[in-house]
Amino acid sequence: MMKYKPLIFRLLENDKGGKYFIAILLLLMIVVPTCNLLIPESSVFYISTYVVTLLGKYLTYALLAISLDLVWGYLGILSLGHGAFFGLGGYAMGMYLMRQIGDRGVYGNPILPDFMVFLDYKELPWFWHGFDQFWLAMLMVFIVPGLLAFVFGWLAFRSRVTGVYLSIITQALTYALMLAFFRNDLGFGGNNGLTDFKEILGFDLQSDYTRNALFVCSAIAVALGYFICRFIVDSRLGSLITAIRDSEGRVRALGYRDEYIKLFVFVVSAMLAGVAGALYVPQVGIINPGEFSPINSIEMVIWVAMGGRGTLYGAALGAIVVNFAKTYFTAAAPEVWLFMLGGLFVVVTLFLPHGIIGAIKKISAMKSKKTKASVEAQKLNISN
Amino acid sequence: MNGVSVSFDGFKAINNLSLYVKKNELRSIIGPNGAGKTTMMDIITGKTRPDEGRVIYDDMVDLISMSEAEIANLGIGRKFQKPTVFEHHSVYENLKLALEGRRKVFENLFFKLTSEDDDKIQEVLNTIALQEHYKRDAGELSHGQKQWLEIGMLLMQNPKLLLVDEPVAGMTKQESEHTAELLTSLAEKHSVVVVEHDMEFVRSLANRVTVLHQGSVLAEGDMDSVQNNQKVIEVYLGE
Ligand SMILES: Nc1ncnc2c1ncn2[C@@H]1O[C@H](COP(=O)(O)OP(=O)(O)O)[C@@H](O)[C@H]1O
Ligand SMILES: [Mg+2]
Repeated sequence: MMKYKPLIFRLLENDKGGKYFIAILLLLMIVVPTCNLLIPESSVFYISTYVVTLLGKYLTYALLAISLDLVWGYLGILSLGHGAFFGLGGYAMGMYLMRQIGDRGVYGNPILPDFMVFLDYKELPWFWHGFDQFWLAMLMVFIVPGLLAFVFGWLAFRSRVTGVYLSIITQALTYALMLAFFRNDLGFGGNNGLTDFKEILGFDLQSDYTRNALFVCSAIAVALGYFICRFIVDSRLGSLITAIRDSEGRVRALGYRDEYIKLFVFVVSAMLAGVAGALYVPQVGIINPGEFSPINSIEMVIWVAMGGRGTLYGAALGAIVVNFAKTYFTAAAPEVWLFMLGGLFVVVTLFLPHGIIGAIKKISAMKSKKTKASVEAQKLNISN
Repeated sequence: MNGVSVSFDGFKAINNLSLYVKKNELRSIIGPNGAGKTTMMDIITGKTRPDEGRVIYDDMVDLISMSEAEIANLGIGRKFQKPTVFEHHSVYENLKLALEGRRKVFENLFFKLTSEDDDKIQEVLNTIALQEHYKRDAGELSHGQKQWLEIGMLLMQNPKLLLVDEPVAGMTKQESEHTAELLTSLAEKHSVVVVEHDMEFVRSLANRVTVLHQGSVLAEGDMDSVQNNQKVIEVYLGE
């Protein structure tokens, strides 16, 4: 008789890093809201709402990094355009939040968001219809990035575009979106983007409870995203994914359609990135075309490289560490941040090819070797 | 293959090549470097599209318009000239990925290894003498072992036609003898086409030999008749 174990436990069985990662997420889900809502402000354990939201934002970046690691660390496609999927998910959520404002905008128009009134729109553009429905907006969070990834991947993978060329066109993709979204006549608020949100599902976005709820939702999304990716990479499909990374020709000669496998991974990744964007927007309160800027997508790559690609949790760690540093330095010395980021990238590529996680694994391997060696040495001493 | 030609930048790598291999035949292809042996396999497996000619499999299936994956799934397995295995996967995992059938994305996402699958893998591990190494990364194997693993992956696919490009390159004498035995025994149930430089190896296969030169067939027959063929001697000694 086989003992039945829930899938989640089976997934974590041989995944030491994953166990820590999920445990930390669970801990955060409990500790952060407790320290914000239940502990008085005077206490040293109090966490301000600002910090809760900041941590929530980091978590959405962590999910984004996990999604990028799936295509880069496992499939071997260096996407320099993941900001596109993040941004689209964010815009889908932003559109819902805009429609939630209703007649509380500056112009008081019950249907048209402020920027449309300002730009003299007579009626709501067709693609804004239905976005007052939460379920539809959430569906779009998956569908829009997923569809873009599907069309893009279909064209790119079928014509066998790989390597640097593929990376460059992913970068071009997000750049093109940025230029398009900067235009006022596209109907997404031009360079100001979407902002001045009031409520989500009827809850005040400024309230501490909503903020904590969004934080917890982000943590849950990261955990779910992690499990989805872990399920994929642990399956035989996951084995094929790394096989494609290492030897595409062999995969084809075995009779697999490598382009379909790539497409599947790319679409799943894009959807996860979209969810990350959708959780990001209500927490930071704005989405604008800047999210599509190429530099953003490059930063994401640095997070993953920094944490250590091909582990999933490493990517999440990298996202959090780099953004923590970013928050600190952009406040303390804004002009040096970009140099630091560049420097960080050089240091990681030269000295930490497997990122922080790789370094930790190496150190712990060395330690266990040492203890083994010292045990052996002791044995020798005794026998002498 | 009938009247097949292909050129790269005006250079005719394959020139009006016609070649027929029977069912369950073991055929050796020899020829100097650059004769077009590998390119011929690229054409059969759909990796390279010929400019002219037809490639017919199993009396009626036209391979020209098919994708590499489709051709592989018809039962044509290939060992590349440079041993190509998944270096970061274990030997066992390499064979598992080569298991016959289940090629769709979702079949692989929800894949479960059956005990028949495992039996099949064990059987092949035995055949290629890698039982003890099944847990090791394929990248750690010796060159010869990698060649065997790749042949093992072909066997997992249960193909009808095996195309084997230079299987004994980098093998010790003993290993290559074992390979000759293996290929000969395979030819009982499969059609096998072997490309090889090593004359001694080809002789040990004791079968029909085709000599390729400048993209077309120079001579065909058993090893002795081919070696005494005047044109063949010229090509080999003239180089
Ligand atoms: N993709 C390619 N592009 C250009 N030339 C090629 C290509 N593939 C093979 N060739 C040329 O075709 C000729 C035949 O090569 P190949 O089939 O590898 O020979 P063999 O395997 O018999 O040594 C060689 O001269 C080689 O340089
Ligand atoms: Mg060759």
